[in-house]
Amino acid sequence: MTSDNIMIQVKDLKKYYNGEKIKALDGVNINVNRGDVMVVIGPSGSGKSTFLRSLNLLEIPTSGQIIVDGVDITGSEIDLDKFRQKMGMVFQHFNLFPHKTILENLTIAPIIVKKENEEKANKKAMELLDRVGLADRAKAYPVQLSGGQKQRVAIVRALCMDPEIMLFDEPTSALDPEMVGEVLDVMKELARDGMTMVTVTHEMGFAREVGNRVVFMDGGNIVEQGTPEEIFGSPKSPRLQDFLRKVL
Amino acid sequence: MQISLDNFSRVMKYVPLFGRGLVVTVLLSLVTVLLGFVLAFILAMMSLSSVKILRAISTVYVQIVRCTPMMVQVLIMYYLLTGLIPFPRVFLFGYIEVGRFIPAAISLALNSGGYMSDVIRGGIEGIDQGQTEAARSLGMTKGQTMRYIIIPQAIKNILPSFANEFVTIIKESSVCSVIGVAEITKQAQNVQSATFISLEPLFVATFLYFCLCFPTSRIIAYFERRMRASDQR
Ligand SMILES: Nc1ncnc2c1ncn2[C@@H]1O[C@H](COP(=O)(O)OP(=O)(O)O)[C@@H](O)[C@H]1O
Ligand SMILES: [Mg+2]
Repeated sequence: MTSDNIMIQVKDLKKYYNGEKIKALDGVNINVNRGDVMVVIGPSGSGKSTFLRSLNLLEIPTSGQIIVDGVDITGSEIDLDKFRQKMGMVFQHFNLFPHKTILENLTIAPIIVKKENEEKANKKAMELLDRVGLADRAKAYPVQLSGGQKQRVAIVRALCMDPEIMLFDEPTSALDPEMVGEVLDVMKELARDGMTMVTVTHEMGFAREVGNRVVFMDGGNIVEQGTPEEIFGSPKSPRLQDFLRKVL
Repeated sequence: MQISLDNFSRVMKYVPLFGRGLVVTVLLSLVTVLLGFVLAFILAMMSLSSVKILRAISTVYVQIVRCTPMMVQVLIMYYLLTGLIPFPRVFLFGYIEVGRFIPAAISLALNSGGYMSDVIRGGIEGIDQGQTEAARSLGMTKGQTMRYIIIPQAIKNILPSFANEFVTIIKESSVCSVIGVAEITKQAQNVQSATFISLEPLFVATFLYFCLCFPTSRIIAYFERRMRASDQR
């Protein structure tokens, strides 16, 4: 694989809280390649969210580098807001804007951040909304939607900014079981369309079926990584074996 | 001393004076709430800023306002402002003396803004952190996030407090009688001097304050309930 293909290089990334007491990330090294569907697994508290949130600097790392398209975004002279536009993020608790309609949720960032004209932003939003089967809810408010619908809207909201990569932090963990499928289906379709994705999830089925790389984190480190076949078929480290025994 | 109907009927001759006092009190309170809101908003933004000196200024200001008596604040502002600015002897509507009304409104607003800045800050901090994260992850700047996402949601929590503050100021504005603003309390004192009747004018003043505050607070409570109901849509 050539280096043109590398989208994000993470070098010795550390994130400490309370001085050095809590080492949420303790020297993470990894590359995300264009088109990767990377699935991050690991026990609770292992640093998965911190890792994901560091990628778009929602969390400011204590040390280390994150190089996106050849530029170190941890450098101080970087226009972070510009960089974040390239990275869509989907949260466990959706975080839709409750005072705005679904359509407004989708168009606010394109309009005020990218200065798109309203008509164009609306048109694109409606097309994407239609693709996730929610065009008829455009005028509704978030409270009027089910969890699964909210999360599909949240995905579309990120997509409306034309991101180059999508970050998902346990997108189905807050959902009732019967709604998990509809969200995963949208994510699968995104993956099929070639979107670069980094997903933290406990859905091992999704990891196996859709992921091309699986990363296992524990104690703030990447303990093991490989293809789904390698990780699930022949896990090497005892910690991964132990983890898989518990979740599978 | 005795409270008598006769006294009341003598005091009632001065109803027009009380009427003027009522207008002054309402006007003073309205101006104060509006000015106070602007100041409170600025102070809240300062206290939430990442610039240390702004946070410090805001904190010190709020503490000074809270830990000194209002009457002293009003007196200081009156002498300070009338000393600095030679207010012309202009009367609004023929009976609101601008040179007293303006210092009164400013000092009340300086006080109210200090108290209300915490309410605004609380309203802003009460918005789920996830809202900020979502907005920032979409590329919005800190300012855009505040303006389009956080403040519109916070306003809903803040507005009832400001309506209640209006009621509080209606009562507290009586302190402005010490600098001669002809609001309800001052007019009651004027009637006392004119009639040599001490209690009855104060009863009239009490009645007027109550008639202003009670319905207003009921109306606010009603809208608050309705707003909360619409949240649970
Ligand atoms: N803001 C914070 N302050 C202190 N500790 C934190 C903070 N955020 C995360 N942590 C700690 O960092 C570690 C990793 O957290 P996180 O990345 O959320 O784990 P995961 O997503 O894998 O469950 C945990 O021990 C957590 O308690
Ligand atoms: Mg997490």
